[in-house]
Amino acid sequence: MADVITKGPVVTAASQVLAHVPSLARHGSKPSRELSKNPEVAAKFLASLRSFDQAVAYAPHQSYVGALHPRQLPARPWTDAGDGRASRFVAGGELMPEHEFLGLLAVLDGAGLFTVGESLADRAIDSLARHPLAKHLGLDLLDKARGDAEAMAAAKGGLAVHAGSEAVAAAMRAGDEADPSLTAEVLLENLTTKATATLALLRLLVDHDIDPASIDYVVGCGEEAIGDRYQRGGGNLAKAVAESAGCTEASGCDVKDFCAAPVPAMVIAASLVSAGVFERVAVVAGGSMAKLGMKFQGHLKHDLPVLEDVLGGAAALVQADDGASPRIRLDSVGRHRVAAGGAAAQIMEALAVEPLERLGLATTDVDDFATELHNPEITEPQGSGNVPERNYKTLAALAARRGDIERDAIAAFVEQRGMPGFAPTQGHLASSLCYLPHALDRLTTGDARRVMLLAKGSLFLGRMSQLSDGMSVVLERNPAR
Amino acid sequence: MLKDRQVIALGERDGISGPAIAACAEAAGASVAFVATECFV
Repeated sequence: MADVITKGPVVTAASQVLAHVPSLARHGSKPSRELSKNPEVAAKFLASLRSFDQAVAYAPHQSYVGALHPRQLPARPWTDAGDGRASRFVAGGELMPEHEFLGLLAVLDGAGLFTVGESLADRAIDSLARHPLAKHLGLDLLDKARGDAEAMAAAKGGLAVHAGSEAVAAAMRAGDEADPSLTAEVLLENLTTKATATLALLRLLVDHDIDPASIDYVVGCGEEAIGDRYQRGGGNLAKAVAESAGCTEASGCDVKDFCAAPVPAMVIAASLVSAGVFERVAVVAGGSMAKLGMKFQGHLKHDLPVLEDVLGGAAALVQADDGASPRIRLDSVGRHRVAAGGAAAQIMEALAVEPLERLGLATTDVDDFATELHNPEITEPQGSGNVPERNYKTLAALAARRGDIERDAIAAFVEQRGMPGFAPTQGHLASSLCYLPHALDRLTTGDARRVMLLAKGSLFLGRMSQLSDGMSVVLERNPAR
Repeated sequence: MLKDRQVIALGERDGISGPAIAACAEAAGASVAFVATECFV
């Protein structure tokens, strides 16, 4: 067993995608509750949505898809610093425009509940046929989803999707009008999660020339709750994503831990590989439609665009040591114990300091700490502050307390081992998972030796406990490199 | 200041949790009517 752990599991590849979905932003939880109360606010919301070109040029989005290291982000405000030369396609990632994404929803709707109007269907087919992943998408299914979207939206339990103008471009039907777990709103949320996760997994497989049939297992860590009235949150979106990406030999399961889920998912995947249960395990996460427009009121108040207009997706491959890829140090896993205490410093102590002490390492032995990397340009206007900066200051204070650094080196610690937040406020995706493509670069072609992934989850929101949770793990440069 | 007062303890994920506020309030003689912690990201 010691030999197995010494060999260790590795992360060989990671991909990240964004779908720009301004017409779905109004279906986020906050806008769906607020816009109907005030027509003036609704009009301002719709007028403040970004174009696809603006979304591509937005520097934090380029960081999210892996093209720009977050420490290379320009000075804020990023809304004014867009790069017109930015590309929607990067190695291992992409930004997808809305008409393509709505077409993808139709392709991946296994229940025949999503109808695409003629105009949108034509545009989506034309565009997706030229997409690099076209042959993997089953575009004939999009043709079958054509129909009278307006009529479908007007039917009992139907939900309209307005693309651009007020015209109904597509519609979702309820799976069972009487089942609150299968309403059109819930199913659209689940389908968008499936689609973003599938897009990320396809990019992972295709861009890294990985045989889909070589994947044994897929672990999902998204925020959706798939199921029916008898089993709300029954889950296993992971297997649905595996099916859609052509992973014919895989099964899967979902890991739930609020926003912290990606790190336990990575640790479970690595453990399965380390134990010899499976050879290749993919970790996937789709986006959270509920969180679109979550902080729109702050954005409108400060004359900013509605910045939460993208859905994220992520995928990573964990397998046995290939002698080159960064190792997942399973002996470094930090967990937030029930008795650990819930104050910010206690959580950080449990997740960052204790596991390093166990390994005989100092905080300064970690080059990059990837924590909750929410984009502060999104959170600050609504009064939520700079989340990553708060995490890094707490961590740096603990580093000073244990003597790893001098007190006057706290700011330098934050700057050198932390980074600006760059992820959309899609909780789990912002929780360190978004840094994975950069971590792999830094630990292979870059000069980093160790990166810590650290995620926290707000369990108390479910009202079953007053606790939060969290987990951390260290990725390390492969000693064979 | 809080003795014999009723307190609603609303905590924040990155700051002080609801139970911590409630514990302080009770120690100061208050009766805690409701405790919750919220997440703002």
